[in-house]
Amino acid sequence: MSADSLTGVRPVPRYVDLLWDAVVVGDEAGARGVVAGALADGLDRESLLLDVIGAVQRRIGQEWAAGRLRVAQEHAATAINDRVIAALPIHPRPVDGPVGHVTVACVDGEWHALPARLLAEVLLLRGFQVDFLGAHVPGPHLIADLHRTAPDAVALSGSIATRLPTAHATISACQAAGIPVIAGGAAFGYDGRYARLFGAEWAPDARAAADRLARPLPRPRPAHKPIDDLPHLADQEYTMVSRTASRLARTVYKRLESRVPAMRDFSDLQRQHTAEDLRHIVDFLATALYTGDDELFVGFVTWTAGILESRRVPANTLLPTLGLLGDELREFPRAVRMLTRAGEHLSSTISTTGKTE
Amino acid sequence: MTDLERSNIFPSVAIETGWELAPCPVLVADVAGVVRAVNEAGRTLLPTAYAGARLDEVVPDWLSAAHLGVGSSDGDPAGWIGGRSVTAHPVRGLDSVAWWLVDDTDVRLAREDLRIERERTAFLSRASSTLLSSLNLQRSMDVTAELAAENLAEAALVIAPSAGPRYPVVTCLRGGRAVSRQLTIDPDSVPGLGEALQGFPPVPSRWIDPASCPSWVVPEGFGEVGSVVVTPLPGHGVPAGALILLRTTAQNAFGTQEEIFARLFAARAGAAMSAARMYAEQASITDTLMRELLPPRLHRVAGVDFAGGYRASATTERVGGDFYDVHPAADDTGESLAVLGDVCGKGLDAAVLTGKIRNTLHALLPLADDHAQMLRLLNRALVASDGSRFATLVLASAAREGENVRLRLTCAGHLPPLVVRADGRVEEAPTRGVLVGVLPEVASTTAHVTLAPGETCLLYTDGITEARGGPFGDVMFGEERLRSALAECAGLPAEAVVERVQMLAAEWVGGGRHDDMAVLAITAPRALGYVG
Repeated sequence: MSADSLTGVRPVPRYVDLLWDAVVVGDEAGARGVVAGALADGLDRESLLLDVIGAVQRRIGQEWAAGRLRVAQEHAATAINDRVIAALPIHPRPVDGPVGHVTVACVDGEWHALPARLLAEVLLLRGFQVDFLGAHVPGPHLIADLHRTAPDAVALSGSIATRLPTAHATISACQAAGIPVIAGGAAFGYDGRYARLFGAEWAPDARAAADRLARPLPRPRPAHKPIDDLPHLADQEYTMVSRTASRLARTVYKRLESRVPAMRDFSDLQRQHTAEDLRHIVDFLATALYTGDDELFVGFVTWTAGILESRRVPANTLLPTLGLLGDELREFPRAVRMLTRAGEHLSSTISTTGKTE
Repeated sequence: MTDLERSNIFPSVAIETGWELAPCPVLVADVAGVVRAVNEAGRTLLPTAYAGARLDEVVPDWLSAAHLGVGSSDGDPAGWIGGRSVTAHPVRGLDSVAWWLVDDTDVRLAREDLRIERERTAFLSRASSTLLSSLNLQRSMDVTAELAAENLAEAALVIAPSAGPRYPVVTCLRGGRAVSRQLTIDPDSVPGLGEALQGFPPVPSRWIDPASCPSWVVPEGFGEVGSVVVTPLPGHGVPAGALILLRTTAQNAFGTQEEIFARLFAARAGAAMSAARMYAEQASITDTLMRELLPPRLHRVAGVDFAGGYRASATTERVGGDFYDVHPAADDTGESLAVLGDVCGKGLDAAVLTGKIRNTLHALLPLADDHAQMLRLLNRALVASDGSRFATLVLASAAREGENVRLRLTCAGHLPPLVVRADGRVEEAPTRGVLVGVLPEVASTTAHVTLAPGETCLLYTDGITEARGGPFGDVMFGEERLRSALAECAGLPAEAVVERVQMLAAEWVGGGRHDDMAVLAITAPRALGYVG
């Protein structure tokens, strides 16, 4: 098969459906069969990776978010996709040396390695030398690796917004080691705003990232300090909220119990969910304080309200939570502003959609 | 301009003879542009000036122009007269101006020197922070060549020492990026290069005759070479290499100051390169020693799926006191032996002990048919060594039997393995035993378990169950939470089970501290997944 057989006319959606049917029931052999068939039909490998396997992976994420897939099924489907990629025939190395050298890694705390894996595979296809470090890479491991191998660039993948402060620390450390970073994944914002905020390049998907990496990324500025990106951190609000997140969550939970009588009848599972939601809100607030972006927090609270509705919990139970958090954090003007804005936004959506139960 | 107007601008003043001997040059010129008087110091500065001469014929243009426009511009005019820098201060009389010509040549030269020094200091400071940022030799060489080509010469070459005849050479042209090559060269073909690459005897940087330069020194498209300097890069007692700077005939040759400056830069570059070289040597030693201690990558062996996950307690470490291993079966019908355990202690010391235990177990493999005997021998070996080394572990022998997997499981003071059944039930394997390395004799009971396709046996360390965290940061993950997580994992591939458990434990811990965590899953492949 040559690269000329790359055509957009192949009915890729057919393969997506076939592969989906296989991975969702954990049928590894079936999945391999679909992929082998697609290759035999002349589908090029990049398209197979991104437009078939990548598309199935996106669907897994959507189905899980919509509550139509159990978490365990998601893991199983992902594991099978991973095995399918591993079983692809080996691609020949370019004879006249690699076109570039890229280290691909996930942010510490990021377990979804498949998007990064797909990028690594696409870069290999395009003739790059690739070091794939996988999921959940602690910053110090990545930096030690960079000093050993000195790649042209680091491609950093992250889907979880609350890991943004960690991602920034990692990006800064890469830059301090003289290696530029290109970031990708939902964590960095739909338009890559957080990647740019941290001085990294950004790509919306693997194809765009591979295209961008074909040209050298600019070398990082040597005397740059991470605080230069985020001057608002000088007010210490992020530091205080993130350091006391556990205590803050516990205090607000206790107050919530006396404020919302219905909580007394909660089952253990409901209590656990409430505690987890509360902790998430605190973590998102900390992240929004870090990035200095009110929208990040307002967006998260709105999203949480949607999830609560799908669990048949009235979304207006979030209002006392936001209020109690505001009481605890009254000395922090940015935090109070974010909590107030989120509360206002929530009230307006609840009043426009009418009764929530 | 009418005479009246002129006389308004230049009211007449009596020329006194008192200033004739003033130490500062003074020249008086009238409204008509005629020199009216020059004092003694003035005549020294302007030898052609005399009373009655036309001003524009005896002073530089900047001064005669200033005379015409006197009073109209801000600040006093300044310029060169002969070889001196002069600021001209006008003192207006009724119909003439006395120009006091103050010599500020030294101030001006000092300012210029200060500017150059400031630029050099700024460059050296920038160079230091750029060079210090990387511990990679290649990157240090690239940065050295790029900085030198930007600030010192139109092209720069950095050559690193080498044990063989091929030398790493990085070339950079001004405005370009560093290009790296491996060249077979004779260092003695460039005067001073051989010594610089050996780091001995110490040599100063030296100019060499551009005509005698071998062709590899001159980058393609450089043009005619005007001057070449070879500067040794001093290392920390080890040779760091050499820097060759080239200028074209269009550029000035290197001055003494510039050469001193190049040496200051070379000292920094050399220090960075030798630090990078030492780091690379240390890293390579660490890698070699660490290879035996790192948890192995697991995969399917003799029809049984194995998957493992490891997270050391310190984020800077890759190893710790937890360990696992899989010793593959001799053939497809044989038993593979999986081990997972936890030694006393933390960090590298603990990791070294795990290496010893793993080696001992490897040597005891022929006895794997009898777990209890294996543990007895391991215990004796540990007790005999010095009595302060102990460990808890689980032995798991696994063999394919039809589509099932037959397991023999034996605990030695460790958490018993959990078995995830196809219907989501989670059972604890009935095996008990004493930890190894403390008592003179140990006893244990072995459990026999059969896994149907899709069922998993999970071995784990207490780093998982004792992980503290949760929404309020102070609760242990605990066995109950692990069991309910596993209940959701029925029918999953081995690596998905491992990933799920690791992920939940890591999320539970959040940003907090945790102990070493190890997980090993043994799974009977599902029939569907085994056909291909």
